[in-house]
Amino acid sequence: MKILICISKTPDTTSRIAFKDGNTKFEENGVQWIINPYDEWYALVRAIELKEKDPSTVLHLVTVGAADCEPVIRKALALGGDEAYRVNTQSDDSFYIATQIFEVAKQGNYDLIFTGKETIDYNGSSIGGMVAEMLSMPYISLATKFDLNGSTAVVAREIEGGEEVCEVALPVVVSCQKGVAEQRIPNMRGIMSARTKPLKVVEPAAAEALTNITSYELPPVKAGVKLVGADNVAELVRLLHEEAKAI
Amino acid sequence: MSVLIFIDQAEGHVKKASLEALTYGGDLAKQTGTTAEAMVFGTVAEDLTALGRYGISKVHHVSSAALDHFDAQVFANVIAKVVEETKATVVVFSHNQTGKAVAPGVAAAVKAGIVTGAVALPDISNGFVVKKSVFSGKAFANVNISSEIKIISLNPNSYKTVAGKGMAEVIELNVPVPESKIKITAVSKVSGEVPLTEADIVVSGGRGLKGPENWGILEDLAHTLHAATACSRPVADSHWRPHHEHVGQTGVQVAPNLYIALGISGAIQHLAGVNRSKTIVVINKDPEAPFFKAADYGIVGDVFEVVPKLTEEIKKMQAAS
Repeated sequence: MKILICISKTPDTTSRIAFKDGNTKFEENGVQWIINPYDEWYALVRAIELKEKDPSTVLHLVTVGAADCEPVIRKALALGGDEAYRVNTQSDDSFYIATQIFEVAKQGNYDLIFTGKETIDYNGSSIGGMVAEMLSMPYISLATKFDLNGSTAVVAREIEGGEEVCEVALPVVVSCQKGVAEQRIPNMRGIMSARTKPLKVVEPAAAEALTNITSYELPPVKAGVKLVGADNVAELVRLLHEEAKAI
Repeated sequence: MSVLIFIDQAEGHVKKASLEALTYGGDLAKQTGTTAEAMVFGTVAEDLTALGRYGISKVHHVSSAALDHFDAQVFANVIAKVVEETKATVVVFSHNQTGKAVAPGVAAAVKAGIVTGAVALPDISNGFVVKKSVFSGKAFANVNISSEIKIISLNPNSYKTVAGKGMAEVIELNVPVPESKIKITAVSKVSGEVPLTEADIVVSGGRGLKGPENWGILEDLAHTLHAATACSRPVADSHWRPHHEHVGQTGVQVAPNLYIALGISGAIQHLAGVNRSKTIVVINKDPEAPFFKAADYGIVGDVFEVVPKLTEEIKKMQAAS
């Protein structure tokens, strides 16, 4: 069994979001970078659990980004990946990034490709579906449970207004979210061994970016809260009805 | 240029999020001086001509029963064929569960630039720039799409549905449907409840409710308002409530008209899931709770006293109006 896990670096969930250069660039100053939580807590940890059940399983990681992604990739190796690929390029365009992952994936002959359901910075939720289409593999999005039964994947996934369980023969691309696994913390042995695990840098394939970010905006600042006394609930109802027209 | 909108249906009925996408696509066509058409798959119980009220001229229907079950790979394949057939240059999806699963595959198949989570019509004065939600609702990005075919998926609850007059022509399309590799073995629908991402009003509870046995007051309020119920991450992690109710940065992101938070302190990760809500009400006994800073209205008080009163007062208001 060979599994490819797509990893992205994102600002920590508590980061202050600000922009610079006339609101055209994200202000990275003071930002703590982490593995995108969906990639780490759910996709990577589930892959590690599958390897614990079947130690012959091989876990490859792939990220698309510049050298500053390497601490995050090392952390993913410390958690339990076997080796990693970094495609040495940077882009905000999902088609361009998916093409780079596709190039790595098609050479590795993977049984299973995991992604997080989205990154918490760009919120694209596009890479898994694009890579699946490029590889002509089935795609199961928003998985909440994942199991293997021989060479069949048994997956629970979120659908409109509920959940369904489905079965599909490998290979398959799966996007993971809450429920698939639980967050782990790397142990000392993992951290030590991660230093010597292979991290291969590959140059990007020729591909076009089909989109580009022209600027960022912050949402308008709220006017401030209107407080109503706990003994005057009727006033809150009046405000919601007459002023906010929300009820 | 022409606009093609994907209509998501469940058990034969068109979803609310799809009506928003239709209105958006219709307005986009008007803005760019072209026509809007829609596509819908599988067995449909509704009168499709009526979808003309949302500003579209044609509905392309692929009726194959094989499309009654959703498979992202199969749907992407069929949609790509319809895009080719109709020569569409902009394809609009809703950024709901179905749209998230299928729109990227279509983008890869037809080599289209894609913007997911769009919140407004594109600015076409200089390119084709779509505003989208980023950083889990903490900011917006303006993204230019430069490819010939463009794909937009629209965040639910960010574009108002407007029904006018008009009838659409229904065209039955005979498109070959590839066989699905996915076998669905069980489906569990949350019945009788309002789906969280589509709800106009969301009532959400946090640790301040002290335990799952106290959710009755929240449910009474939600029921009175026809609202969906939600919760904070600690509540879902403690298994007081199911995971699909968890709202926040790593849970569901919602954008209702009204979000009522009961006993939730408002950690930055929770705010990331709710800050696109139009009006936020916070009820918390701690006046220092950070959520009050993000709220429009607030009551500093004990949820166990305030919430039943709130439900009563809303019932009175509803009876009077």
